[in-house]
Amino acid sequence: MTYPAAVPYRRLLDHANRHNPYPYFAELAGKPIQRLDEHTWIVTGHAEISVLLRDPRLSAQDEVDPRASTGSDGKPVRGPFLMQDPPHHDTLREQTMHQFVPRILGMRPHIETTVARLLDRYVGPGEMDVVEALAYPLPVAVICELLGVPAEEEPVFHSFAARLTRALDPVETLTEQEVADLVETRAEWRKYLLPMISRRQTGPGTDLISGLLTEGGMNTVELTITLGLLLIAGHETTVNLIANGTLALLRNPEVLDRLRADPDLVPSVVEEVLRHDPPVQQTNRRTTADVRVADRIVPAGDKVVLLLPAGNRDPRRFADPDQFWPERPNNTHLAFGGGVHYCLGAALARMEGQAALGALAARLANPRLIADPPPYRPNMLLRGPAELRIAFDDVTKPDTRLPQVAG
Amino acid sequence: MRSGRIIVAGASLAGLAAAESLRANGFTGELVLVGAEPHEPYDRPPLSKTVLSGWLGTDRLLLPTTRNLNARRLLGVAATGLDLAAREVRLADGRVLGFDGLVVATGARARPWPVAQEAALRGVHLLRDRDDADRLRADLAEGPRRVLVVGGGFTGSEVASSCHDLGLPVTVAHRGAAPMASALGDLVGGVIAARQRAHGIDLRVHTTVTALEGESRLRRARLSDGDELDVDVAVVALGSLPNTGWLAGSGLAADAGGADCDPAGRALDRTGAIVPDVYIAGDVARWRHPHFDAAPQTFEHWGNAVAQAEVAGYNLVHAPANPRRTTALPAFWSDQFGLNIKSIGLPHLADEVALTQGSFDRGPFVAAHGRNGITVGAVAVNSPRVLDGYAALVTERAPFPPTINATDSPDLVVHKGPS
Repeated sequence: MTYPAAVPYRRLLDHANRHNPYPYFAELAGKPIQRLDEHTWIVTGHAEISVLLRDPRLSAQDEVDPRASTGSDGKPVRGPFLMQDPPHHDTLREQTMHQFVPRILGMRPHIETTVARLLDRYVGPGEMDVVEALAYPLPVAVICELLGVPAEEEPVFHSFAARLTRALDPVETLTEQEVADLVETRAEWRKYLLPMISRRQTGPGTDLISGLLTEGGMNTVELTITLGLLLIAGHETTVNLIANGTLALLRNPEVLDRLRADPDLVPSVVEEVLRHDPPVQQTNRRTTADVRVADRIVPAGDKVVLLLPAGNRDPRRFADPDQFWPERPNNTHLAFGGGVHYCLGAALARMEGQAALGALAARLANPRLIADPPPYRPNMLLRGPAELRIAFDDVTKPDTRLPQVAG
Repeated sequence: MRSGRIIVAGASLAGLAAAESLRANGFTGELVLVGAEPHEPYDRPPLSKTVLSGWLGTDRLLLPTTRNLNARRLLGVAATGLDLAAREVRLADGRVLGFDGLVVATGARARPWPVAQEAALRGVHLLRDRDDADRLRADLAEGPRRVLVVGGGFTGSEVASSCHDLGLPVTVAHRGAAPMASALGDLVGGVIAARQRAHGIDLRVHTTVTALEGESRLRRARLSDGDELDVDVAVVALGSLPNTGWLAGSGLAADAGGADCDPAGRALDRTGAIVPDVYIAGDVARWRHPHFDAAPQTFEHWGNAVAQAEVAGYNLVHAPANPRRTTALPAFWSDQFGLNIKSIGLPHLADEVALTQGSFDRGPFVAAHGRNGITVGAVAVNSPRVLDGYAALVTERAPFPPTINATDSPDLVVHKGPS
């Protein structure tokens, strides 16, 4: 039996539609929940997604591979804590938070300086690929700073991030070659990290890896997996946030004008980018019990696909949902998920997004898109432009009399 | 009602939220906010937590507003009387204000220590408003030998936790079987009691304070277990009393237990009839929650104050044929002894309790509460992010015990008997 929702969902997955999946989200959003196949459901309603993210009857973890290495709880490792349930999820997440949060709290000046440095490379009229010039290098620099990795390693991190990200996509969108590549990339990632870890075991520094080693209770396997998670989740997402945000501002010049006139608008702009065109497109769960969703009962053991961008444009929740409107009241978007897996790096992502979009708005004179739509990377789950070429009359120097970014 | 004069009696969370809602819904007339305290509206939950432990000053608690309310604020002047026929509110300073619409949001006050002479001793405190908190904080800063907390409800337990954080020895005397049991049930209350004791709190259940003694300053307390304690500070945390005295004789159905309204917030008179243009919101409101087959009650919860105020503002402005009702499940939280306690629904109604996630002995846990085979509530300790799932179970009246089967779910054991 085929289900009607399967057709638009297939179109969503199709790379040819990566530049604009929103008509298919809209088509799916007619019902808050529907079947995709016999054991898979997609949820598009804001209220429904919001509750399901906080429902303990939805498990984020897959069946365990008995051959996997042993974690610090003495059980086979199930992958990053993003894909684990409590209680071991909580232990690993808490250890990571404990190292992560204090280190990002004071990072705003460093992030703003990095943005300024990256934009200072441009003078006079010209062109840039915003992805290559700013969206990629900023989060790589930030994550390397956090992990205590020297700047010359940034290209290596960049490459790992891009390759590991494919692992998050629905497996049906990957070729066999891509699956094989992933296995190899993961092995390379461990090989790359191990010397870094053992150096810190003998002489710990003040960085996050040292902190996790000395204060956390993770073993080496969990540590490499957690670092891979931080790299992908903290990096690829931010690249897309900055690129999607730039695209939205250039497609909505009246918003860009308002942001220029009122730099205090930048936090709201970032929230609206997160709603309107979120970097993370879906998150999947499996039911552990029969769960009622709207007028349906999802049986235990079924897969549930939560389509975050559809929830973000649910007309029952947001007026004129397709409109990019930063001043929108009570913007409770789903871009960071919710519940036990709520984005650990949300505060950092906001800082980076605000610094980047604030500086672009303030400094680019007469920016315009060279190609609209831009080409997109094949990734479905973390969706964003492969490049975003723009032309401008000048990149002005930052105004040093006033703080660039407020809030 | 878009013009005319609306009086909001009470300038705390519910009053401010009602004023916001009135403006948000298009009320352009004269808005008067009457408050008994001299302070601008402020947030109360921190008073027993971060304020007492010294992290936050009482001058840092002002509640934010999202718009210019353009309201006349009469602060430091309590409402003292209501004349429904004349549509007038009397104020403590003798003024009389007419109104076209009224929101009753006068909240509650701390139940005082019953013996006035003992209550007047220096060192004996109540904790309800910011002036109380400042006075108590000053006494705690002097390093009392021991703090006696009279009553182990939410406020009492949080005060005990804050005093413990300050390094002070604490005794809690609690009349019931377990702290906070009237809200959380005996079983979960008992689990929390064990964790409080593990922090070194001298918790005495089934125990009352029979006397507070001293010359002008508190020196000793006598307990019903026969013990006598040397204490310099006592915090009387015996619950609250709704501020309904000013409504006496007004014709509204109001007494010492609250002021009655329907789920739309509309005030009721003694016959149970709706009183036009008068709404009730917040701690003072006594009503029957539409989801539960239970007697009318007050819900002294932060979220309830905001939800009722929003509904009252909407209904007062639009006067719709089908008024909005407060339907959100009752929910509250407490932070104490490193525990974040969150509750959804009405756990205290339960006749059965089941541990559905985690462990009572250590770490986070969630306990579901059932009555007559239906899930009516849940309490989560250090596990706040799963409660929406339990709220869904309560909302759909799921059979009890609910099937969770989460990775951290233990083998099911249902605890029978009153919770």
